[in-house]
Amino acid sequence: MPVIFLTDALIFLLIAMIVGFVFYARRYPHLRMPWSRVLRSRMAMVALVVLSVYSLIAVLDSLHYRPRLTTENADGGTQYSAEVLSVFDWLVTSLREREEKTYSAPFATHLYAKETVEVGGGAQRREFPRLRYGGSHLSDPATERGRDIFLTGLRGAAGGVALWMLLCIAFIGRGAIRASRSFSAELRHIVRRDTTVPWIAILIAVGVIIVVTMVAAKLGVKYHILGTDKVGKDVLYQALKSIRTGLVIGTVTTLVMLPFAIVLGLMAGYFRGWVDDVIQYVYTTLNSIPSVLLIAAAILMLHIYMANHADDFVSLSQRADLRLLFLCLILGVTSWTGLCRYLRGETLKIREVEYIQAATAFGVSHSRILFRHVLPNVMHIVTITVVLDFSGLVLAEAVLSYVNIGVDPTMDSWGNMINSARLEMAREPVVWWSLTAALIFMFTLVLCANLFSDAVRDAFDPRLRK
Amino acid sequence: MIGYIIRRALYVIPILIGVNMLVFVLFFVVNSPDDIARMNLGERRVTTDAIESWKSAHGYNKPLLYNKSETGLDRLSKTIFFEKSIRLFLFDFGSSDSGRDINYDISQRMWPSLAIALPTLLLGLLVNITFALLIAFFRGTYIDVWGVVFCVMLMSISTLFYIIGGQYLVSKLLHLVPISGYDTGTASIKFVILPVIIGAIGGIGAGTRWYRTIFLEEIEKDYVRTARAKGLPERHVLFGHVLRNGLIPILTGVVAVLPLLFLGSLITESFFGIPGLGSYTIEAIQRQDFGIVRSMVFLGSALYILGLLLTDISYSMVDPRVRLAD
Repeated sequence: MPVIFLTDALIFLLIAMIVGFVFYARRYPHLRMPWSRVLRSRMAMVALVVLSVYSLIAVLDSLHYRPRLTTENADGGTQYSAEVLSVFDWLVTSLREREEKTYSAPFATHLYAKETVEVGGGAQRREFPRLRYGGSHLSDPATERGRDIFLTGLRGAAGGVALWMLLCIAFIGRGAIRASRSFSAELRHIVRRDTTVPWIAILIAVGVIIVVTMVAAKLGVKYHILGTDKVGKDVLYQALKSIRTGLVIGTVTTLVMLPFAIVLGLMAGYFRGWVDDVIQYVYTTLNSIPSVLLIAAAILMLHIYMANHADDFVSLSQRADLRLLFLCLILGVTSWTGLCRYLRGETLKIREVEYIQAATAFGVSHSRILFRHVLPNVMHIVTITVVLDFSGLVLAEAVLSYVNIGVDPTMDSWGNMINSARLEMAREPVVWWSLTAALIFMFTLVLCANLFSDAVRDAFDPRLRK
Repeated sequence: MIGYIIRRALYVIPILIGVNMLVFVLFFVVNSPDDIARMNLGERRVTTDAIESWKSAHGYNKPLLYNKSETGLDRLSKTIFFEKSIRLFLFDFGSSDSGRDINYDISQRMWPSLAIALPTLLLGLLVNITFALLIAFFRGTYIDVWGVVFCVMLMSISTLFYIIGGQYLVSKLLHLVPISGYDTGTASIKFVILPVIIGAIGGIGAGTRWYRTIFLEEIEKDYVRTARAKGLPERHVLFGHVLRNGLIPILTGVVAVLPLLFLGSLITESFFGIPGLGSYTIEAIQRQDFGIVRSMVFLGSALYILGLLLTDISYSMVDPRVRLAD
């Protein structure tokens, strides 16, 4: 039975908007031009490939449903589990369901903590017990493990390379047929980077990702590649699940703040006078509250509301989802002011331009001037801000979760992973894997987002266009 | 000049009023004092007596805006709005939900915050300007390209990583300085040094990249070309002209954050166990002490606005066109 959370709906709305914009922009050269400049940048395209993989996981993770239970209820109808899963959960069922007792290191075959085990005849011994799943197929882990990891990894890599080769052949073949030249000519064309879009870089990036995924998939069913956490959950699974949270915060926040920032910014710049004064006053006031404190205050209030209205929420995951959405809203409130100010400044300039005066002289209404003539000319600022804000928001999530004012503690997020792992740094030996996994996943996403947004800014910024 | 400053200062008043209103709405209207009491008492079924006694113990047992049971001016002054919100304007924060005097706490705790934040700012400025000048000197070469990429990489790392990594490496593995803690006087140096260095490193990415664009913008200006045409050596051009003019936007940016240094950094202070205002705020958030959070929101806003005011003033001193245009 499908379940749609509010954030899911917003994600789908966002996707629909992006697809719609792509189709719209393709028809107009002036919209296409800056984006084609982005497409030509090698760094941006590699970043885009990685971002697409992250987004794909997030989208799959947003298709929620409640699985059907095998038992039937009294009147013979089907029953649905109370637990909400996503398509992504279903894809990685083996990762999700193989829970150990507690911590175990990456690729470990034994638990992190010693346990008292019964040895035949009533005697007891303290030892590290074998893991229930990680490396359980090995009879003598001490000697076999390294070899097994290597061989399994190699098999995965070989599969990945084969898949990649097939993909490359299909891609080059298609290109060759389109350009009606021989396969080898097309290959040379791509390798020599004669193409406008840096296909060679994209293909290599895709190849690396495919191989890594295949290796991880092969090893992931036998071992816990990134170890397990305190309650024995697979860290890789947690890190992958956190992708959706990070992306939701980075994108939905922007989505909810955009209408306010655009409408108010345009109005302030266009109407001037008291409208401008009021809007400027509102954003200066909001801006002067340090954002962490405003978020803290708002989230504390939400805590109280939720504690006092605990019955209004159908399930824990729905509650967590609402909290995520509220976090996006409040982050949006604290971050729209910057964009609003830019838009106001730009509109102040644009309203003096001849074509606006002409439109006014023809008696075009204010709203039509704003949305037909002014808005399209400030869209580049919107695009740049949206893309630039994304990475900051992803990083902010981690910090906020650390202060306990971020997403719900039951929700998988990098912030929560870091927060719970931080306390274990004092242990001996150090439990480093949760922390490292969260930081690496976050670093990859933020780095790619930063590189991509740099390319977007360079492409859209008129000052650099000379 | 003085007229300009007064005008800017007057503009602060409505903003402070706005912040105050917002704080009031957020803390008392969204959730009534009853809700807060129930939350603090922590049980699902709390008797009304318990709620009333909690409210009277913490001074929440009054109407929000208008007290019908009093006479005269007391009708307005014996209210939560007057006692909790109007007093914020006088920076009289009252007592926290656990009964401590917030003003005293703040006056004690702002110095450790400053002891961390000020050296971090200065060290960060020094390092960032040096790196940015270096990159600007090698502009257009591979050093420039990779320097920027390296900055982007540094920017992409979470602050949490710098702190945890730094603590682990320096304190746990190398045993150079204690992991966390604080002391008074010169003994505090060994506690301060690591957070300061980590704070500065964490800011290198964004800072260097930003200052680089400032310097590069300066380098393209006509007076720099003239200086080169006169035959000045490159280092004179860089240090005498580009650096000195580039410092204007950098330093006015610094002025804006100066007052906020008192607030300290939430994350750094709580990781390093420094008894500053940042960790004070975090503790209050985690204990759900609304008295303190409310005071910190107002104090933070007031300091931010002070920063804006100082920026305006310093701009008008550097560039007289600003105050003449108004």
